[in-house]
Amino acid sequence: MSETDMTPRTDAKICGMGHSMKRKEDPRFIRGKGNYVDDIQLPGMLYMDIVRSPHAHARIKKIDTSKALKIPGVLAVIDGPTLAKYNLHWMPTISADTQMVLPIDEVMYQAQEVCAVIATERYIAADGVDAVEVEYEPLPVMVDPHKSLAPGAPVLRKDKKDKKDNLAFHWEAGNKADAERALAACDVVVREQVYLPRIHVASMETCGCVADFNSAEGKLTLYMTTQAPHAVRTVLALVAGHVGLSEERIRVVSPDIGGGFGGKVPVYPGYVVAVAASVVIGKPVKWIEDRMENLQADSFARDYHMKVELGAKKDGTMTALKISTVADHGYANASANPSKFPAGLFSICTGSYDLKHAFCEVDAAYTHKPPGGVAYRCSFRVTEAVHAIERATDALAQKLGMDPAELRMKNFIRPEQFPYKSILGWEYDSGDYPRALKKAMDIIDYDALRKEQAEKRKRGELMGIGVCSFTEIVGAGPSKHFDILGLKMFDSAEIRVHPTGKAIARFGTKSQGQGHETTYAQIVAEELGIPAAHVQVEEGDTDTAPYGLGTYASRSTPTSGAACALAARKIRDKARDIAAHLLEVSPKDLEWEPGKFYVKGAPQMAKTIQECAFAAYTNHPQGMEAGLEATHYYDPPNLTFPFGSYICVVDIDRGTGEVKVRRFVAVDDCGNIINPMIVEGQIHGGLTQGIGPALFEEISYDEEGNISGGSFLDYYVPTALETPKWETDKTITPSPHHPFGAKGVGESATVGAPPAIHNAVVDALAHLGVTHFDIPITPEKVWQELKAKGIAE
Amino acid sequence: MAKHNISVTINGAARDAEVDSRLLLVHLIRENFRLTGTHVGCDTSHCGACTVQLDGTPVKSCTVLAVQADGCKITTVEGLEQGGKLHPVQEGFTEKHGLQCGFCTPGMLMTTSALLARNANPSEQEIRQAISGNLCRCTGYVNIVKAVQYAAEKARNA
Repeated sequence: MSETDMTPRTDAKICGMGHSMKRKEDPRFIRGKGNYVDDIQLPGMLYMDIVRSPHAHARIKKIDTSKALKIPGVLAVIDGPTLAKYNLHWMPTISADTQMVLPIDEVMYQAQEVCAVIATERYIAADGVDAVEVEYEPLPVMVDPHKSLAPGAPVLRKDKKDKKDNLAFHWEAGNKADAERALAACDVVVREQVYLPRIHVASMETCGCVADFNSAEGKLTLYMTTQAPHAVRTVLALVAGHVGLSEERIRVVSPDIGGGFGGKVPVYPGYVVAVAASVVIGKPVKWIEDRMENLQADSFARDYHMKVELGAKKDGTMTALKISTVADHGYANASANPSKFPAGLFSICTGSYDLKHAFCEVDAAYTHKPPGGVAYRCSFRVTEAVHAIERATDALAQKLGMDPAELRMKNFIRPEQFPYKSILGWEYDSGDYPRALKKAMDIIDYDALRKEQAEKRKRGELMGIGVCSFTEIVGAGPSKHFDILGLKMFDSAEIRVHPTGKAIARFGTKSQGQGHETTYAQIVAEELGIPAAHVQVEEGDTDTAPYGLGTYASRSTPTSGAACALAARKIRDKARDIAAHLLEVSPKDLEWEPGKFYVKGAPQMAKTIQECAFAAYTNHPQGMEAGLEATHYYDPPNLTFPFGSYICVVDIDRGTGEVKVRRFVAVDDCGNIINPMIVEGQIHGGLTQGIGPALFEEISYDEEGNISGGSFLDYYVPTALETPKWETDKTITPSPHHPFGAKGVGESATVGAPPAIHNAVVDALAHLGVTHFDIPITPEKVWQELKAKGIAE
Repeated sequence: MAKHNISVTINGAARDAEVDSRLLLVHLIRENFRLTGTHVGCDTSHCGACTVQLDGTPVKSCTVLAVQADGCKITTVEGLEQGGKLHPVQEGFTEKHGLQCGFCTPGMLMTTSALLARNANPSEQEIRQAISGNLCRCTGYVNIVKAVQYAAEKARNA
């Protein structure tokens, strides 16, 4: 299919796929009528606030709550020993590791939850936190994952019996000996150390919940900032079933969510403590993090130290890749990764290239930092993989003296090789990589830019051009290989068509800004011809929505979107039988066009989908079940592989070292598109979460484990001033296995943008012999490099 | 803690409240008046999700005490729509897809409606400067700029 096939099949009234329908979510949001967790106010609701550790590692000698409990309005202080009475002081992470909910006697990272104050008002809870006195004995701190993995290092997780080291896990893919042999045989090998530092999703809404335990009914309603409400319900039932919270008595509601990006996949201790507090006190309890708690204690992303070796022949043919990674997981492995993939989908690291020999391995270390390893708007560890291969490819181009775009073109998997089986085991569904890169080069006029760069270099001006051609792997995933804590990664849709031909559709996913209420309605419209305006979409309430694993890793369109189409097709099949009954013809004699069935050769004999719906309740054929509804649980046969090519132009100020992104062209291919406006918006947002880590964002720690980057004072989220005017375009290569050829798009740009910017900065200084920067590439780092080269102004 | 009686006009309606000295304006609006369109996104006045207009000037209501608003006219996102007619910036944000999760949107709307009140025809750079104290993690700002340009044109032609 070419871009010209983008013409929608439905008219604007039906507004199926391909229409830039205005969002159904917007009317409430632009009026301030959204319903986020902190907007929920229940009668008698109490507030919880959390005492956190100032130390990265310490023994708790004493927690004195007496002063706090004397404050009028402070009702209780919940600590580890309180939870231990109910055996709720530990919990599983989503990677099946364990972590404390509240500590008994030892804290393992700065900002760790120590105890929680419950009070009648928000401000009084904060007063209570100030009044709790905790006596600590500081203990030695391990912040360096390399030292943590060194032989003889003190063991951090003493809670794990028989644990003799700090290795959270070792994982590898490919044939090591073969990759090493191939590297040894290469004419040229580049060795590049690529470090992706700890960063934080920093969604504009922090995390929080309202736990409402109804003691009369024994039922818990948990309003919660979660991307995966169904999984949370099951996990809660598994860890708290023994205190009476069995699954039919738990309702998790994920209301409007102010951005997720992966950070709202885990279950944080605060949620669990709020639930415990509500159960014990018998009143609703609200807990809302502040921004500093959010940045300092919630799951981080990245923190991958990657040693990349890429080998090629003299002519630039890339043949062998080896990546050895040390991953810092903090105190616990709380990655949001499928069970069989502790390093996520990192083995996509051969990228867009036809590499015949490859090996990658990850050693995950425990340190005294917050637990995590979640995504930051990317499918499981794909950002790390793409950054590694795309930086190494540029380093290879630099070493060979080849143009980086030409080197990529030479090594791309060719269009005729799809479906392509990668050496590390993935079957890429479809792609046309040369076309995307060519399009990006044409839009930005690549040749002219190289000429301009050459002229500027003569004048001493610093300009860089960066290329990135990424391949994503999203839509997890096929149940044969993909589960989280044993829950298979299918997803679901349930559609009910009402007698008047309007519909409600519910899903196992949960939008956090992606616009599901609009795009899912458009899928129903496409498949059934019911106007999207007449389709109400609901997600996030486990009492009403069908079971699903939630929204992350760009999986909603590949999984629930597919389920939506297939549920709609079941409804269409039934509607066909009803239409045949009404028209007194055989179903085989009917043709379908969006919105109606008509008799072959007699188009005036027709029944609309609305007429069929009405008949399903008023005049259904004898022997047929009444009603018009269907549910589908979609188990994808494969993952999907969106891709794209990005080109970035930067100018560097020789006086300040500031990197200015002058232009950024993004050509994305996410297969067939449901709503072009929303897809473009997703790409804009992803690109901005790409420039952030490339140039500004980092959470780092000193030797004592003190965090820097723990508030918006020093964790720099890009503003409108640094963010360039993104230029986007697309190619369309449908997924052959997805019901309507879509691939998912939410995270492509976050994956593709950082290496493009990184490569551009190195390119700007390459003629001076610069080959390396660590991200984020701050003005100071650049200025130091300029100074070292004697060209700082 | 000392209590203070204050009187404000919020979205055109006169309201009295008895407040603690330390009560932040954002909590007066959200919790006392139950107008939850104004959001809290940080605690260092960087994110701008809490932006409201105080006598027509955009302020970050997490950095203003409720007592400082005594005698003032407060406009929140709930007050932008007049007589069933959306403010041009509200229309612009929908038309140009200037919002995704919606959390920063109320603050963006209050900042940009104030911008247009003082500058009917802002340049792109002036728009970017005006919203540089309002963080958005979803949109990448490009469509927000377009939304404000749309609103400016709409307002000029009204």
